[in-house]
Amino acid sequence: MTERVAATPGLYPLPDWAKETLSDLKGHQKGDLLSGDESEAIVEQYDEVRAEFVDDQLDAGLDRVVEGQGRWDDMIAHPLTVHDGVETGGIVRYYDNNNFYRDPRVVADLDFSGDVARELESAADLIDGEAPLAATLPGPYSLADLASDEHYGDEAAFQAAIAEFLAGEVEAFPAHETLFLLEPSLVTNPPAEGAESTATDAIATVADATDADVVVQTSYGALGEKLYAHLVDEAGADALGLDLVAGDRDDTVYNVQEFGSTDSLALGLVDGQNTLVEEPETVAERVEWFESQIPAEGFDRTYLTPNTELFYLPANKYRAKLNALAAAAEVLD
Amino acid sequence: MVRNPDANREQFRPNDHPNDAFLLTTVVGSYPKPKWLNRADELVDDPDSKFDAADLEEAHDDACRLITHEHERAGLDTVVDGEMRRNEMVEFFADRIDGYEFNGPVKVWGHNYFDKPSVVEEVEYDEPWLVDEFDFTSNVAERPVKVPITGPYTLGFWAFNEAYPSTEELVYDLADLVNEEVEKLVEAGARYIQIDEPALATTPEDHAIVGEALERIVSGIDEEVRIGLHVCYGDYSRIYPEINDYPIDEFDVELCNGDFEQIPTFTDPEFEPDLALGVVDAHTAEIESVEEIKENVRQGLRVVPPEKLTISPDCGLKLLPREIAYGKMENMVTAVREVEAEIDSGEIDVDNPLDD
Repeated sequence: MTERVAATPGLYPLPDWAKETLSDLKGHQKGDLLSGDESEAIVEQYDEVRAEFVDDQLDAGLDRVVEGQGRWDDMIAHPLTVHDGVETGGIVRYYDNNNFYRDPRVVADLDFSGDVARELESAADLIDGEAPLAATLPGPYSLADLASDEHYGDEAAFQAAIAEFLAGEVEAFPAHETLFLLEPSLVTNPPAEGAESTATDAIATVADATDADVVVQTSYGALGEKLYAHLVDEAGADALGLDLVAGDRDDTVYNVQEFGSTDSLALGLVDGQNTLVEEPETVAERVEWFESQIPAEGFDRTYLTPNTELFYLPANKYRAKLNALAAAAEVLD
Repeated sequence: MVRNPDANREQFRPNDHPNDAFLLTTVVGSYPKPKWLNRADELVDDPDSKFDAADLEEAHDDACRLITHEHERAGLDTVVDGEMRRNEMVEFFADRIDGYEFNGPVKVWGHNYFDKPSVVEEVEYDEPWLVDEFDFTSNVAERPVKVPITGPYTLGFWAFNEAYPSTEELVYDLADLVNEEVEKLVEAGARYIQIDEPALATTPEDHAIVGEALERIVSGIDEEVRIGLHVCYGDYSRIYPEINDYPIDEFDVELCNGDFEQIPTFTDPEFEPDLALGVVDAHTAEIESVEEIKENVRQGLRVVPPEKLTISPDCGLKLLPREIAYGKMENMVTAVREVEAEIDSGEIDVDNPLDD
């Protein structure tokens, strides 16, 4: 019997009040974005944001609760842009979206930071055992792809260094049930032919740093079939996360039919980039449809997730999407 | 196929134009708002203030008059009102088109947000969007008034599409509405329309959708009306030479920001519409010198002859301090008039424009 788990990888939109208070406190320019040593007044605002995110998820009834990453001004590049060994360059486009982040230029060794672990400690205190905690990090392949290397010298060494850095961060995390590694670049800018194992080794380095279930979440369409096969076998993931909203979902079904899958799967079912809120029944049907396409006996676990981060949405729609996911898991039970 | 820019360019040559050569000077559209207008925008939302919607309307009129005259004082051949009535380039139009709704701000970067609307049903034309502001501006202006309109591709792709099977279909419906608006503007006397499509720069592979949308926009629009297209901040090689097939009179580009490195892109094959070249940077707060701008103007002559060259800033100037924006326009016009005189005298060889 497959367990259905409603969860999200986080990166939520700030509540509208926080958009105002934080832009007043921090400013609008490049130099005003978070550097990891924010003032007490700013810390307090983010504490309130975090508490609201946790409440949103508990109210919706999600099976995993994330910190929500309200502080991540630079989206998934955040763990680098607040790092001491990184200088931030110009504003660059975040994937194919009308969103921008600061180019993290890695200029020194990526030693231990602890920034994300501190956020998770705070989240765990707020959740207080009411639901299992899920942690979120960029996957090493995507983080290397989004960053500029001015220190390590070659692509493989850079990916490996970022993986070691992320693994060190994970080791400092409080107890967590699930770790989401966000890897949109695997679809948008896949490793070159023959370099797949460098990417999967890097992911495995991070995955091996935790006893939690690891979900390697991809976005913006289907994975290439060869890369997909490498990921299933080598990435150390308990679940691959597959985008069933963007791109051609038949390609994704084909991958799973042809190359098998991880023991669990995460399905990107709810559109993180559209305000149209899916009916829980529709989401549930998509799960059943997908599972019916697959010859296997069933998965250990199917995660019901959005296909992307949710910061793209206005705050009211983000909350509606959380509710839709949790309600869909109930429909299936 | 390119429209017929020769048929509409001369009407913008001022009667007292000092040179034979005529490089049409214009601006992209937005301009810094006077500080008091920002305060007025806030006051009208303040329940404790007596300042009401009619007062705001008057404030907008005052600002439009002021900025239109500021453009004329800078010596521009064609002017705009600086988009004083507009808050944001998508929001402003989405607010006027039936079928859109607003749910709240979304992040662009850092703490910069945009009230990205959702299309929740078929879009429809209700009241005119810009005819009143055109009437007002053309009444206070002595020079011809250009009207910038956010294009249907940007209005479609910078919104959430909840209602249409594909955003492409939404874009075509929006293009039909833009066509309706352009017809009304032309009826009101407008002769210079600029379609702004910044979204194309982010997804250049969609150039055919923009082309089809433009066909709809210009359908039935007489050739004495000049239709420009502005696309900024992108890799133009990904939409060139395709733009030669667009039904436009003028293609407006932002190249100063990239130090004109992309100029060679436009030289082969031959550039067909008129070129509107950005010669001052919209995102640096230093006023370029007349000499520097003259060098930039010459870059345009590498692509088109003088009679097909229009000169403008790279993009809307609204993010600059107002005195800097004005200084840029003023130096730009001075530089253009000097270049024209040097073309007349033969000092500039238009076949080898970079030679001294």
